[in-house]
Amino acid sequence: MRNTIVSIIAIILGLIAGGILMLVIGSNPIEGYSYLFQGSLKNIERIGNTLATATPLVFTGLSVAFAFRTGLFNIGASGQMLIGGLLATAIGLTYDLSRPVLLLVMVLAGLIGGALWAFIPGLLKARFNVHEVVSTIMMNWIAYWTVYYVVPGYFKGDFLETESRKLPDSATLRTPFLSDMFDGSYINLGLFLAVIATIIIAFIINKTTLGYELKAVGFNRFAAEYAGMRVNRNIILSMLISGGLAGIGGVALYTGNASSIQIGILPTQGYDGIAVALLGANTPIGVFFAAILFGILYSGTGFMNAMTEIPPELANTIIAIIIYFAATSILIERFLRKFWKPASKEQDVVVPNVKKGESKDVDNH
Amino acid sequence: MSYVVEMLNIRKEFPGIVANDNISLSLRKGEIHALLGENGAGKSTLMGVLFGMYQPEKGVIKVDGKEVRITNPNVANRLGIGMVHQHFKLVDNFTVTENIILGSEPVKGMVLDIDSAAKKIAELSKHYGLNVDPHAKIEDISVGMQQRVEIMKMLYREAEVLIFDEPTAVLTPVEIKELMKIMKNLIKEGKSIIIITHKLKEIKAVADRCTVIRRGKSIGTVNVAEASEASLAEMMVGRHVSFKVDKKESTPSDVVLKIDGVSVKNNRKVLGVKDVSLEVKKGEILGIAGVDGNGQSELVEAITGLRKVEAGRIFLNGEEITNLPIKSRIQKGLGHIPEDRQKRGLVLDYTMESNMVLEVYNKQPFSKYGLLNMPAIRKYAKNILQNFDVRSGEGAASIARTLSGGNQQKAIIGRELELDPDLLIAVQPTRGLDVGSIEYIHRRLIEHRDKGKAVLLVSLELDEVLQLSDRIAIVNNGELVGEVKASETNENEVGLMMAGVGKERNV
Repeated sequence: MRNTIVSIIAIILGLIAGGILMLVIGSNPIEGYSYLFQGSLKNIERIGNTLATATPLVFTGLSVAFAFRTGLFNIGASGQMLIGGLLATAIGLTYDLSRPVLLLVMVLAGLIGGALWAFIPGLLKARFNVHEVVSTIMMNWIAYWTVYYVVPGYFKGDFLETESRKLPDSATLRTPFLSDMFDGSYINLGLFLAVIATIIIAFIINKTTLGYELKAVGFNRFAAEYAGMRVNRNIILSMLISGGLAGIGGVALYTGNASSIQIGILPTQGYDGIAVALLGANTPIGVFFAAILFGILYSGTGFMNAMTEIPPELANTIIAIIIYFAATSILIERFLRKFWKPASKEQDVVVPNVKKGESKDVDNH
Repeated sequence: MSYVVEMLNIRKEFPGIVANDNISLSLRKGEIHALLGENGAGKSTLMGVLFGMYQPEKGVIKVDGKEVRITNPNVANRLGIGMVHQHFKLVDNFTVTENIILGSEPVKGMVLDIDSAAKKIAELSKHYGLNVDPHAKIEDISVGMQQRVEIMKMLYREAEVLIFDEPTAVLTPVEIKELMKIMKNLIKEGKSIIIITHKLKEIKAVADRCTVIRRGKSIGTVNVAEASEASLAEMMVGRHVSFKVDKKESTPSDVVLKIDGVSVKNNRKVLGVKDVSLEVKKGEILGIAGVDGNGQSELVEAITGLRKVEAGRIFLNGEEITNLPIKSRIQKGLGHIPEDRQKRGLVLDYTMESNMVLEVYNKQPFSKYGLLNMPAIRKYAKNILQNFDVRSGEGAASIARTLSGGNQQKAIIGRELELDPDLLIAVQPTRGLDVGSIEYIHRRLIEHRDKGKAVLLVSLELDEVLQLSDRIAIVNNGELVGEVKASETNENEVGLMMAGVGKERNV
């Protein structure tokens, strides 16, 4: 509850700051924001595109948040997405299976690819205490160059050297009923996967012994060790799940929102996932809504830019400011506490009535 | 009567709590004044105010009769107030002299003038009977000697008022006696001393007057000569406290824990435990006495599985557990009250109910098919918290971090006893707790013994080891110096053995 309020305040402050920026560059902020939100929500097609933009962010946000709950900082969502997307694309371009089976195999391949890419940093951390920030960033570049090599070598596009062949319609996550419902938007089945993933991750974190263990390791690995939990196994497991999520995010991006994979690009969604997780306070539901918000801001910028003088970079700027406010949420909380709970002051120093000779009551406030 | 320091009607608030509520303390010239209180009573806060670390909301501080505002520790130093912190602030690979002059280095032209400083330190040392070698490196001298370097630091800066924050916590009995001698020398030379402590014996031994505070409020100042330990304790806790631990003669039977020639490396990768053999039987408490850092922690970690054993074997109920994972040891009947309750004992960001099942969350009825059963967990936790009188704001749903240290400790002890372990390892079970909590915890440990279980007690408090244990094993520098029966020994003998003076085994 408190986290939600803090996040919402961070968003509002970010939007206000963005408005001030618009004023500074000589534009009308009310006009600017109205075009921004129109751009992302004006009609059913735009809403569809907004949701599609948000989909990979849900996955990367969940990926970062899940690792973070275990005390790990997965910066490698980009690389995990690339490998997940590459494997799914490779399967989509190679095998001619019936559509449900093919899609299932593609998603599984994405999951395994991402998990594999995160497994290596997990193993290095568990075995040799190599910091996962360093190793996941390095894995990002390995993924980058792997795609650089594999795509032109084996899946070269018909016209362009820099991207793979287009996936046949039957091998993408796009589906006619969604496209029709959203007036030709590029919304796709990835959104359903994102919803399912959010629910599953929330379930794992809150209801299972696995989640209990992973969180215990994240909060205090010494206590977890003391209680007999296998800390190293949990680190690896957590990275596997985190990487798998990012991998499916890659599937959603490259075989849903797009239908080919480009070389020479590390998907920014991997890094945005960190911001999404932060704003969502590392809870699955929070991540989901934070991703939707980012989707709104990103997909509306084009329209805003077309209708006004405001540059499209403003969306990124607003997001950055929101993140600053979310990251300094302690300030917001302190501010809230000042106004909210002036009554709690006396509560902590109540002295229980302890009579002489009574040996039972002990308290150390 | 002239006072060197007067703190009048001091009030200091922290968010949600009044740490000092209208407390006054007056220090006469040339006296040792004890500041006594339970954990969290506000002693350290009060001294923090005097030393300039906190600013009081209300109240006046006078030094030599003049009202002053002490805005930071440097101001305190200039006013002649010095503090020996509980954790020394020394640079390990500097010499004594270098440490003492750090921050106010004497210079001759452009270069450091260490020689004249060393000379001055040697003189001071002789004058006050401190016996400190100005050229020794800190890492080469004992903890007691390091504390003297801290004292010397204050003398070098010409402090007139010396504050000692729980100075005896890290010392052996012999060192404690020497410290007391030094303190008496200091007041003979006209210095004045405030000593923060909750050890009543030491107050009786050195202090002239004693100010007692309880829950942030001033209870009173008494002449120590006219007070007894019992009356001081009663002032501190607010009720009668029994010091004697009531226990029957132990009736040890089968061996529960057998340690056979165990060696363990410490954090510096050298052997911290060397070829130690021990046995703990059903129905007895074996105490391990020793000065901090003599291998106790490493030995306990080896038994519990947190540290690798280099050589030797460990048996629990006749079954070898030397290389078993921690979880199986717990399942085989090992309970562990860890030395550091916040580092090992609790997940501070978890609720109390989650913490109460830290070792059994994966067993029925707390979970089934990998799903947690929160109602069962809650019921189990509530039961423990109630039995052990753990107080918290929101009961079982409270976040562990929000509980006071004593309540956290009681919860851990409750959790471990609820497992009903065949062997309970209790490391420093009452560290930093006040006499009321200590009394309670001691009673529980003896109850566990009387149920026919084995208890291995590791404590740095010699009194605690002597009172609770049936047998005492003394360690020094990672080696077992000897074993004695608690009923046949005394503080002196054990104290000497702690210092490494050997004794033939007589068990």
